[in-house]
Amino acid sequence: MLMISEKTYDKLKILAGSAKYDVSCASSGTQRSNTSGGLGNASAWGICHSYSDDGRCISLMKIMLSNNCIYDCAYCINRRSNDHPRATFMPKELADLTIGFYRRNYIEGLFLSSGVLRNPDYTMEQMISVVKELRANHRFNGYIHMKVIPGSGSELINEAGKWADRLSVNLEIPTEDNLKFLAPEKNYESILKPIHLITDKINENREDRKRFRKVEKFTPAGQSTQFVIGASDDTDRTILKLAGRLYDQRNLKRVYYSGFIQVNGYDSRLPVLTTPPLVREHRLYQADWLLRFYGFGVDDIVNNEHPDLDLSLDPKVVYALRNPWLFPVDINKADYYSLLKVPGIGPRSARLIADARIHNHLNSYHLKKIGVVMKRAQYFITCHELGYSKTIQELKPEFVRQLILTGQKSTDAVQLSLFNLPVPLATAI
Amino acid sequence: MIIFRYENSFEGLLTLVFESYRLNLFPDKIVSDNESQTMIFSDTVSIVADERKAERVWKKIIEKSSKESANMLQIVFLSEHPEASGLIYDFCRLMVEKPYNIETDFSLEPVLKLSRLFNKVAAETARVRMFTRFQETSENTYYASFSPKYNVLPLCIQHFTDRFADQEWIIYDLKRNYGFYYNLIETVRITFEELPANPENGQIPESSKSADEQHFQKLWKKYYDSISIVQRKNYRLHRQRLPKRFWKYLPEKN
Repeated sequence: MLMISEKTYDKLKILAGSAKYDVSCASSGTQRSNTSGGLGNASAWGICHSYSDDGRCISLMKIMLSNNCIYDCAYCINRRSNDHPRATFMPKELADLTIGFYRRNYIEGLFLSSGVLRNPDYTMEQMISVVKELRANHRFNGYIHMKVIPGSGSELINEAGKWADRLSVNLEIPTEDNLKFLAPEKNYESILKPIHLITDKINENREDRKRFRKVEKFTPAGQSTQFVIGASDDTDRTILKLAGRLYDQRNLKRVYYSGFIQVNGYDSRLPVLTTPPLVREHRLYQADWLLRFYGFGVDDIVNNEHPDLDLSLDPKVVYALRNPWLFPVDINKADYYSLLKVPGIGPRSARLIADARIHNHLNSYHLKKIGVVMKRAQYFITCHELGYSKTIQELKPEFVRQLILTGQKSTDAVQLSLFNLPVPLATAI
Repeated sequence: MIIFRYENSFEGLLTLVFESYRLNLFPDKIVSDNESQTMIFSDTVSIVADERKAERVWKKIIEKSSKESANMLQIVFLSEHPEASGLIYDFCRLMVEKPYNIETDFSLEPVLKLSRLFNKVAAETARVRMFTRFQETSENTYYASFSPKYNVLPLCIQHFTDRFADQEWIIYDLKRNYGFYYNLIETVRITFEELPANPENGQIPESSKSADEQHFQKLWKKYYDSISIVQRKNYRLHRQRLPKRFWKYLPEKN
C-alpha cells in the first residue's frame, strides 16, 4: 500500500525547498551492481537526470526528513526563530516516494538531510530508518547520500555508513570563531569529530576488506563537506587551506562551496548581499579543481601575499602570470603535468597532445583542432612553428593580463599600441 | 567520379572497404542504398554485404589498430551522420597506408573528426540514460519513448536492463519506430504497428496509465519547481545542459 496522499504534495514542496541550499548532488564514486531481482544500481560516474532553472544538476532527490530544528544558526533558512512552514515526512512515506521516482528514471537515488529534531541521536535514528526501509524492504541498490547530524553518537554514524554510499558533515563556516559567532549552539568539535570518525572507519574498512572476503563496504563513495561562502569574513586562503587539508589528510571526496544567499535579512550578524557571490564561488571551484586534477598546491593559488582569488581571471591564468619564468612551455616536449599548467589546456587536451605528438610535430592548427583555447594558451606555449605569437617572455605579464582580459589577439594588440603612439602627429596633418 | 553504394549496415560498409581493395578502386564518394542520389557522369558500384568479407576487415582493424578503435567505428556508424561512413572509410585507408597505429594521431583529420563524432554519440547515449522517463501502465509495465538524435538505443539497453531488473519496461524510439521490451527475463527488440504514444510528448493515453502515474508526474514536477533557487537563475546554462529537444518528453518541463 502506497503512503502517498494529498499532504505529500505540501510536504514535498516545503522539504525540497528547505533542502535546496545544500549544493552537493553528486551521485558518483561507487559502482554497485544490482542484486538479483532487486531494483537499481549505482554507476561510477554518476548520472544527472534533469537540470533546474539555475542550471544545477538534479541527480538525487535532495530532501529533508524534517525542517524542524532546535538550533538557531544565523545563515540557515530552517533556524528555530524563523516563521516558516514546517513539515516532517514519515519514513515509509519518503521511501515510497523515492522508489516511485526511481522506477520512472527521474532520479539516481536519495540525498537525505534533516533539521535537528529533539536531539542529534534521535534525528539520526529517524534518518537511518528511511534508508533501512529502502535497502532492506525495497531491495533498493541505487545511490544514497546521507547527512550526518553533528553531535550524534558514533554507533549511529557506524550504522549509517553501512547503508549509505556517501556520508557528509557540513563544516559551513571555515573558522571556529566565526562559527561561534554565527551558530552559537554548534561547536567545531562536534563537526570535526564525525569527519575524523568516518575517515578512520573508511580506512579500517579498506584494511578489513583486504584481509577478509566478505566485509560489507563502509560508505563506498567516501565523504564530502560544504562551506558557505561569503557569510563570514574568511579569506579564500583560509577556505582553500582547510579544503586542501581535508583532501590530503582526511581523504574527502569533495568539498562544496555554496555562495551565501541572504535568507534571513533581519540578522545583523550577516553581511548585506543583494546577490549571492557567484563569481567567487565559481573561482573557488576552479581552484578546487586545480588542487584535485591539475597537481597544484594551495600555496600556488593563494598565499600570504594574495589571500583572495582574483575574481576577474581564472586561478590558472593568475598562477601563470605570477610565475612567468615557467613559460613558454614547448608543446612537443613538455611532460603531461607541465602541459596541464598552461592556461587553456585541460586534462583532455593535454592527453590528446601527449598522444598525438608521438606521430607528428604539432603546430597551432593541430592545437586548435584538438580543442586548446588558444585565446589564453598562445602566450604560454611554443609549438612547431616559428613566431606564431609573442609569449609572456616578450610581452610582460601585466600586458598579457590586459590582453587576456580584453580577449584580443597579440598581433592586433601590438599593432594597436604602435598606432597609439603617433596620434598627435596624425591630427597635426 | 566513382561512387560506391553499400547496403545500409555496418557490415555493408566494412564489405565496401574490402571490395575497394580487392578491385583496387578507390571511390570519391560513398553512399548508402537508402540515400536516393543519382549523379550524372559517374560510375556507381553497388556492393552486396558479405559477412565473411566484413569479418576480415573487422579483424584487420583490431590487428592494425585496436579493439577500441573497432568499437569506436561501429558506434560512430550508429550516429547516422552524413559524414560518418566517409570518415570510417578514410580511417580504414589511412590505417592500411600508415606504418604505425593511427588511432591516437589526432593531426590526421579523419582520426580527430571520428573521435569528435564518437564523443557526440557517447553524449547522446548519456542523455538517453539521463532523460528517459518511464510511465507506469495499468498492467504495471513501465513505458518510455522519445526520439534521440542518433540511433543510440542499442547502446543504452544494457544499462536499463541492469538497473530496472525487477520491473517490465519498454523503451521506444519514435523517430526510427522500434524499441526494446524487457520481460523480466530478457530484452527483446520490438516494433509496433502504430505508435503506442503521442509523438508530441511521448505520453501514453490516460486510459492505459496506472492509478498512481499522474500522481507521480505531478509530485515530480512539484519537486522540480521547489528545488530551483531563484536568486541563482541561469537560463543559458539550463538550456545548454538540458537541450530543448528533450523538453516535450519531460513531465517536469510541461
